[in-house]
Amino acid sequence: MRYSGFRVLAEGLRGGKGWQPFWRKAAPAAEYDAIVIGGGGHGLATAYYLAREHGLSRVAVLERGWIGGGNVGRNTTIVRATYMLPGNQEFYSAALKMWQTLAQDLNFNLMYSPRGLLMLFHSDGQRDAFARRGNAMLLQGDDAQLLDRAGLRALVPYLDYDQTRFAVHGALYHPRGGTVRHDAVAWAYARAADARGVDIIENCEVTGFDIAQGRVGGVQTTRGAIRAGRVGMVVAGRSSELAARAGLRLPVESHVLQAFVTEGLKPFMHQVISYGMGHFYISQSDKGGLVFGGDIDFYPSYAQRGGLPRAEQVMQAAMTLMPAIGRARVLRSWGGIMDMTPDGSPVIDHTPIDGLFVNAGWNYGGFKATPASGLCMAHLMATGQPHPLAARFRLDRFASGAVIDEEGTGATHHLH
Amino acid sequence: MRLICPLCGARDRREFTWMGAASLLARPPPGGDFVAWLHERDNPAGPLDELWLHEAGCGALLRGRRDTRSHDCAPLQLAGGSA
Repeated sequence: MRYSGFRVLAEGLRGGKGWQPFWRKAAPAAEYDAIVIGGGGHGLATAYYLAREHGLSRVAVLERGWIGGGNVGRNTTIVRATYMLPGNQEFYSAALKMWQTLAQDLNFNLMYSPRGLLMLFHSDGQRDAFARRGNAMLLQGDDAQLLDRAGLRALVPYLDYDQTRFAVHGALYHPRGGTVRHDAVAWAYARAADARGVDIIENCEVTGFDIAQGRVGGVQTTRGAIRAGRVGMVVAGRSSELAARAGLRLPVESHVLQAFVTEGLKPFMHQVISYGMGHFYISQSDKGGLVFGGDIDFYPSYAQRGGLPRAEQVMQAAMTLMPAIGRARVLRSWGGIMDMTPDGSPVIDHTPIDGLFVNAGWNYGGFKATPASGLCMAHLMATGQPHPLAARFRLDRFASGAVIDEEGTGATHHLH
Repeated sequence: MRLICPLCGARDRREFTWMGAASLLARPPPGGDFVAWLHERDNPAGPLDELWLHEAGCGALLRGRRDTRSHDCAPLQLAGGSA
């Protein structure tokens, strides 16, 4: 069924009786051309592009839980292309361009909102670093603008500019950055993949891999064995656990990253704002709630809930930056489990096992990468060659030294 | 979360810095597999032997087992053996 304004009107007139589920409840077949493990945004996108770009007709997505129940539903919905290092830069730039037309491509309202993203700086050194980053973004073909204090104040008058602790000196403004409705992304990719014949199989956990003579032949699941010569692991957050079932060890630690939502308020925050003196960022959803988050808890966790010390630190950062929101009540918080790699950049690569591919290590930034990640992973699985956009996201870069340390803190696990 | 230091007793988790899985103590001999030791991590959803530095306390490097799903943590021991 194709969605349109006319369709909404027509269904409204006949009581919505014509609406259908977004995807079929598929049962696993005995064999597929390709299996994608993980029904999150990246996994569904991978399956969609396998079908659309490479014409694979027999593709399955295996999801342990339900579609939309993982990190695609546990993020702060921000999209941006503010990266500086080769490898990340062209990849995230391409991802943002895909977001711009994705709603039309998938025929689904993703509520893409290029509302602009402001990265605040608080010292001369930080301004210089952001000027450099902005220039790198311009060279890549993205948009960036350095705002001084007066320019920033005209856009966001409600920050605490007069504080002496971390005075706000200005911001790097990225007008095309913004937000996308995260659940809709999962549903839209699931619906579009299903329409191209992909089997989306929920409640199906992969318990083991069939590997013979260094080549994958299929997977064992809670719903039986399934054969396939190409298997992709797209389960960020749980990558180590799944890879261990194939006998692999990954350069990944799993950490919890928290986010918070307040009650709905009238619109007053028209951009995404990130604070330069603490890992804090905030935006206002279309529903009116303030959506904000901070840093990881800094010890590994699979609990999907965060610790109170980090929650306190995030609230402190919010109050330091914008005391105006102090009376807004926090309605809920959640924690997502993140694959943290030593250099903070992802992996889209072969594994040492033929036919087994890995898409992992999305750290803080998996959501914004979703379309490009799916495109590159599908390319890798279909052709056996890395997509040019993701050619540097190699699993062996820690051995070779070609790390992508975007944060510049050193490519070691406990440093970021 | 509170962690139990063998020298200081039960203390707030904020006094401690997580240092990695305890397998980091098993440094390979010269010529060994340093890439695996440095980068490939023990990362189970379940019990994990790990290292904590009691940074804002006695400064000792401690070792203990914690369940990464529930955060249940056994009392910590000195990583270098008994004092």
